[in-house]
Amino acid sequence: MNAPEKIETFRHIGTRPVRPDGVDKVTGKALYGTDFKAPGMLWGAILRSPHPHARILSIDTRAAEKLAGVKAVATGKDLPTLESLVMHVGEGASDIVDISHNCLAFDKVLYEGHPVAAVAAITPELAREAAALISVEYEVLPHVLGLEEALADDAPLIREPAKGGTGETPSNVAMDVTMGRGEVEAALSGAAVVVEGRYTMEPVHQGYIEPHACVASWNGDGQAQIWCSSQGHFMVRSLTASVLAIPQSDIRVTPLEIGGGFGGKTTVYLEPVAMILSRKSGRPVRLGMSREDVFRATGPAPGAIIDVRLGADADGTLVAAEVTFKYHSGAFAANDAGAGVSSAIGHYRIANTRVSGIEVLCNRPAAKAYRAPGAPQVNFAVESAMDELAIRLGMDPLELRMKNAARPGDLQTSGLPWGEIGWMQCLEAAKAHPHWSAPLGPNQGRGIAGGYWGNYGGPSTVNLSVAEDGTFTVATGSPDIGGSRASMAIMAAEVLEVPYEQVRCVVADTSSIGLSFVTGGSRTTFATGMATVEAAREVKRLLCERAARTWQVPAQHVEWRDGHAVCTSGERQGSKMSAAQVAGSSLHSGGPVTATSALSAQGWLPGFGFHICDVEVDQETGHVSIVRYTAVQDVGRAIHADYVEGQIQGGVAQGIGWALNETYIYNKDGKLENPGFLDYRMPVASDMPMIDTVMVEVPNPVHPYGVKGVGEVPIVPPLAAVANAVRAATGKRMRSLPMSPDKVHAALHGEG
Amino acid sequence: MNRIHVNSTINGDVTEFLCDPGASLLDVLRDTLHLTGSKEGCGSGDCGACTVELDGEMVCSCLVLAAEAEGRTVATIEGVAEGSVLHPVQQKFLEHAALQCGFCTPGFIVAAKSLLDRNPNPTETEVRYWLAGNLCRCTGYDKIVRAVMDAAAELRQERTAA
Amino acid sequence: MPSPAFHAPDTVEGVVALLSGDPTARPLGGGTDLIVQMRSGRIAPGAVVDLKRIAALSGVRREGDVFVIGAATRCTALKDNADLCAAWPGVVEAANLIGSVQVRNRATMAGNLCNASPAADSVPALVAAGATCVVAGPAGTREVAVQDIPVSPGKTSLASGEFVVEFRLPARGARAGDAYLRSIPRTEMDIAVVGVGANLDLDAEGTCTAARIALGAVAPTVVLVEAAGAALVGTKLDDGALSAMVEAVTAACAPIDDKRGTVAYRKAMAGVLAKRTVQIAAERAGAKA
Repeated sequence: MNAPEKIETFRHIGTRPVRPDGVDKVTGKALYGTDFKAPGMLWGAILRSPHPHARILSIDTRAAEKLAGVKAVATGKDLPTLESLVMHVGEGASDIVDISHNCLAFDKVLYEGHPVAAVAAITPELAREAAALISVEYEVLPHVLGLEEALADDAPLIREPAKGGTGETPSNVAMDVTMGRGEVEAALSGAAVVVEGRYTMEPVHQGYIEPHACVASWNGDGQAQIWCSSQGHFMVRSLTASVLAIPQSDIRVTPLEIGGGFGGKTTVYLEPVAMILSRKSGRPVRLGMSREDVFRATGPAPGAIIDVRLGADADGTLVAAEVTFKYHSGAFAANDAGAGVSSAIGHYRIANTRVSGIEVLCNRPAAKAYRAPGAPQVNFAVESAMDELAIRLGMDPLELRMKNAARPGDLQTSGLPWGEIGWMQCLEAAKAHPHWSAPLGPNQGRGIAGGYWGNYGGPSTVNLSVAEDGTFTVATGSPDIGGSRASMAIMAAEVLEVPYEQVRCVVADTSSIGLSFVTGGSRTTFATGMATVEAAREVKRLLCERAARTWQVPAQHVEWRDGHAVCTSGERQGSKMSAAQVAGSSLHSGGPVTATSALSAQGWLPGFGFHICDVEVDQETGHVSIVRYTAVQDVGRAIHADYVEGQIQGGVAQGIGWALNETYIYNKDGKLENPGFLDYRMPVASDMPMIDTVMVEVPNPVHPYGVKGVGEVPIVPPLAAVANAVRAATGKRMRSLPMSPDKVHAALHGEG
Repeated sequence: MNRIHVNSTINGDVTEFLCDPGASLLDVLRDTLHLTGSKEGCGSGDCGACTVELDGEMVCSCLVLAAEAEGRTVATIEGVAEGSVLHPVQQKFLEHAALQCGFCTPGFIVAAKSLLDRNPNPTETEVRYWLAGNLCRCTGYDKIVRAVMDAAAELRQERTAA
Repeated sequence: MPSPAFHAPDTVEGVVALLSGDPTARPLGGGTDLIVQMRSGRIAPGAVVDLKRIAALSGVRREGDVFVIGAATRCTALKDNADLCAAWPGVVEAANLIGSVQVRNRATMAGNLCNASPAADSVPALVAAGATCVVAGPAGTREVAVQDIPVSPGKTSLASGEFVVEFRLPARGARAGDAYLRSIPRTEMDIAVVGVGANLDLDAEGTCTAARIALGAVAPTVVLVEAAGAALVGTKLDDGALSAMVEAVTAACAPIDDKRGTVAYRKAMAGVLAKRTVQIAAERAGAKA
């Protein structure tokens, strides 16, 4: 691997200790969103639209209300009327009016599964029975699912045209982003080789195993509590308060363990509805989704149509790139086009570029962030086109990428220069890896692809407190989805120079810690980690100051060494106090020792990854098996090496699922045909090989320990890596995902 | 409501409960007996998060009617450790970081233990096919498979030493 | 959505009485289809009748050369009977492709059959094997060929009050073999896009003396393709015979396009899998490759 400029040695960074929440999670004690129950709790149920697009003419809830044991019924009319307000609290921005109408339809249902009414009753069975008694009169409207269909002149409009008109022709385009520079057409016409192609896919789902669930309790005095799992309980607080038009401080959200999110739990679906039911009934109310609800009504990643043109000189130098894409937005405006534009071709030095993307409203659930949102779709197209270009040029595909790879200082698509990125180092590590030169068997092919994602920093708050015995507690506002308690404890223990077990980490509720953004955008280890380090440094300073006071020496004579305050000069030189000794006497030296760091972390850097994939294709049946997979990634610096590898392996598996079998299947009536794990085919254990990971460490100079976000990137390259491997094994270029056996078979045998 | 009175042995304890005839064993474990370690990820037998052993055979508890448990033995994740001493499968899941969100973990541990109780020396392929009914979306299965293989090795060693 | 009544009688007569008394009542074997359908609201039986308290309905026994498999026998238990595995490996394998281990620890072949899905994994293998089932009902018991039970997706030929009590797998010749293969997108946990069961008898010279080929998921019910079997009989399973067999299989396919596969793919897979299945069955029967 690349050698860092100076060799740093660490006590804990990069080690693999057992996570502090581990025992609870292997013994079944950990409480997830679906596990929490409040005394006196009612059970809620939601009635959902059977139509993909319809006007609600009337809702008759009388029969449900009359059923014994039913305590509250709610419809969209129970939510306050809101002014449009775009909030940036999840992953990307959302208009609060859309969030409200997505929780409970107001006048129209916009997708099959759109919530229309909700009930709370004394048992789950009664709640379901009552929901079925609600009668809704619909005027069914024409619906539209496809991107091109939704853009047609005569397409049904998902969003009502603005009253009075804005001068623009109403359409289903929800967002339009273009970036680039240079003269693309001229450069393409002068290029020695031009490849072009259209790539397509339907939406896919994040596929977290824990369905959404929450319990809400809203008292008559206006104060409320919510217990739920999410990627950010502050997000839950602000969105719920905004939808209900109440003060945020009246809601205390307690984060429960979260059973996966991958971007899909960065908004609210249930919480405002549970709140309304609780206020009406005066009791805590639980609302939960079934797996079918999750598939029908929570945010998939957008499907896409992507057109790519790449031009290169005869020596393989890229001279021009044009990428134009359309993404599903679903029922409401989503956020993936901007990230898609930024994530398409910025990993290559190209003088002439134009990348433009639109989001298209249609009668599907509103698209939501899914791991590296916006990136895998365009990357599939661009990295497939790169493979094709290498074939046309007769060049080694890895050499082609190395020749054109962006280096620090090169311009991104946005025009801003790249910082300390490790893309080239990833390519070099891949080239040196034995996988790259390993022989292949019959019917096997090798594909490669590289990709990146911008990552994020942003607001985080950490409180680090010292107990009387000199042990430490780190409290964060960041839900722990994949081991972040362990990485925070590692970083704090590193600063404090104490054993890992001397630092424990908890996720505090919204009333007990300051604002923290969602665990998403690969920001937690970076941003919350920065706050943890800052708080630990302050605690260390305070402990030294207390020791100085105890010794009655100037503070500058005391340093923190090896977990102890040490007097470095004067009469008391050589005196030593452990954290326990300082903390034990802290009540007499100035009071409890604690420090809070609240910051908005800047200086995050993108992650780059490069993947090598070997497939074996059954030429008679079209089945593609992944026989070997290596993922190389610039991780900045791994804090907990196991969980960094785990992020990479998990992202790869999701990418392989996306490449091979996962897809939303709607019928012509606009109804989802595969709302379950049986026919929404995520990879199972027997579908996967081991996933070899190579962690390249090009530290982020801004972060105290060099951290770069690692979670998002690994889902980006697999789509093209698999497709390029299939091309190598069969000679067929698969431009439509998923590469399910029937489609591969059709490509091989010319049917369908 | 014609509720049914059921007697069964759950994690070694004689347990009585009343259930709706249509209630699943998982519903009763989670909502009546407050054993929430078994999770409901799908309700259709496709994710394995609710895996328990029924008379020693692993099953999806969402696909068992609670009434069927009359006179039968049920073992859930809550009974896998002996007191505070973790089973080797649990310990290896921790050591290998074989969990990220942890939601699927109880089902995996019950299933893996069930495999190792029958086959102390499984191949990687056998482990993968045995666990194919347990979905994990976080890990890509790599560290899970390694943890199970390592737990098998440890159990073999324990047996040899014993 | 009122809950069903739950019954667990300990005699076949008890089951028949309960099923006869309520035409919406359903027998419960492993429940891996029934409970899913109940919970999704697709069916709302008035009663569920658990078959697993009747001792005679669980397990595999021999009656002379015939294997008798109780209707409540879980699929994984079939693997515990070495004689059955040796005689009918294709049937045992087919039953042990359904769902996951968790599912197979509950699911039964009788449930797989009576769910009447054209894609049921165990059914093509049973049909190819020439298995029959014993049906109990108000008028007593009758023995029916397995392929005569399903009549269309979700519908069986069972009369009100009737249920499958056991399967009977016939005696085996010295040189006989069966096999089942299916096409699924993943490696496990899927419903068959196409399934093929094959069962062959060879003579001492390796000439095929009897052959039964059955297809799943290519028609409203599992189909026994007699022409495909006929194409093999009298041959040594040479390429020409296999091609004729594949042609007959393809001709017998009348599949639909659905979320699990296309017409073209299903037809193509039926041919590919039929050939592979026959080759495995032949190998098991002791044919020279």
